[in-house]
Amino acid sequence: MSEGLLPLKTRGLCFAVREKQIIDQIDLTISGNDITVILGPNGAGKSVLLRLLHGFLEPSAGQVKWGGRDIDEDLRKRQVLVFQRPVMMRRSVADNIRFVLSLRRFSDRQERLEKALDLAGLKAQANQPAPRLSGGEQQRLAIAQAMVLDPEVVILDEPSSNLDPGATMAIERLIEVAQNEGKKIILVTHDLGQAKRVGNEIIFMHRGRIVEQGSCDNFFTDPKTPEAGAYLDGALLV
Amino acid sequence: MQEFNTSFAIAADLIFSAKPELLEIVMLSLRVTLSAVAIACAIGFPLGGMLAVARFPGRGALILLFNTLMGLPPVVVGLLVYMMLSNAGPLGFLQLLYTPAAMIIAQAVLITPLIIALTCQVIGSLFLEYEEQFKALVVPPKTAAAALLWDARYGLMTTALAGFGRAVAEVGAVIIVGGNIAHVTRVMTTAIALETSKGELALALALGFVLLCLAMGVNACVLAVRAIGEKRAYV
Repeated sequence: MSEGLLPLKTRGLCFAVREKQIIDQIDLTISGNDITVILGPNGAGKSVLLRLLHGFLEPSAGQVKWGGRDIDEDLRKRQVLVFQRPVMMRRSVADNIRFVLSLRRFSDRQERLEKALDLAGLKAQANQPAPRLSGGEQQRLAIAQAMVLDPEVVILDEPSSNLDPGATMAIERLIEVAQNEGKKIILVTHDLGQAKRVGNEIIFMHRGRIVEQGSCDNFFTDPKTPEAGAYLDGALLV
Repeated sequence: MQEFNTSFAIAADLIFSAKPELLEIVMLSLRVTLSAVAIACAIGFPLGGMLAVARFPGRGALILLFNTLMGLPPVVVGLLVYMMLSNAGPLGFLQLLYTPAAMIIAQAVLITPLIIALTCQVIGSLFLEYEEQFKALVVPPKTAAAALLWDARYGLMTTALAGFGRAVAEVGAVIIVGGNIAHVTRVMTTAIALETSKGELALALALGFVLLCLAMGVNACVLAVRAIGEKRAYV
């Protein structure tokens, strides 16, 4: 039995593009099987931080450790990153899921395929081309694809941006299912309502730094920093 | 101009009378060209795919080389293949010169760079689309390459079609290595060249129309398959 992925810790994490510091000296600890929401204005570095945590990007400096281990291929297979704009392969919905299933050694592929279609609510569209699905359907498919791999951690990058309330509700239902299955969820959003609805823990970012981290209730009722307070008041943070 | 008018009638007569001599030439043309296209695709698809996906020193130079070789003059290819297959050449022992096999080799050499360069472009643009997903899911390179080749299949059909177009219309290389021997290595283009040299311009032009019809038929088939793909949004 392999060691658990959590806690996830970063020390002095930095990411720079040319001279611009996108992520600046982040020390972070994430643990517990609940939903951690990374919140902040546009350009705060939320999505870059997610990519660094997943191992998708190499940090310029600092470390990311999952369960005390450096990121390697094995660790990356145990957590899944779902993008803001999911990539749909030029295949049917079912074949998109089959492709993902073919990447791991599962003996029950057919059952997993049916479960994923059911979860995404796309049984009726199983044989339709995935690129033709609506934005909400594509995002549901992407999350179901992630879930079918049985990851310990699901990392979601603004899964409901640009979606209507109905589609957002369906995404949040999927997140709830994932959490009920015992998966750790790390979710990036700049939607305060969504953060309130689904979050247990909030990490608030501004200008590439973590400004505040704490429970969802405390963050929304009693923000500790002026930046978080201003953000909650609807001020424009630049 | 008179030849131009009569050539239509001769072409129609050639097609509808289905003369055995013409059928023989048409069948050989198709056999040689389709075999060359199959060989070029077998080599060019994986190589072009690898060139699109892999990152290694000298990749840019290789892409430049294959792009340049797309304009390879057929007579130069014919000459090179002739030198390789002639009795004094390194492959002379195979005794392939003046056989359809030599013509297949020459056409395959001619169009393989074209297939590689176009495959690199087709797969390259699809790879840009899929790259993030492959990286996030830790997809092994071989699996990624196979998935890209499969998902780009309709684009690759057009690539193969471009190779077919170049090969079927080619005369310089096949006449050098094939020799235009009646009932052995005579294909449409070499037959046209022969009739022109004999002054039978109307017949030569008629053969040209037949060749055009052949190419159009193959194009129509591929475009139909592509259209089905587009309808299913897989292109």
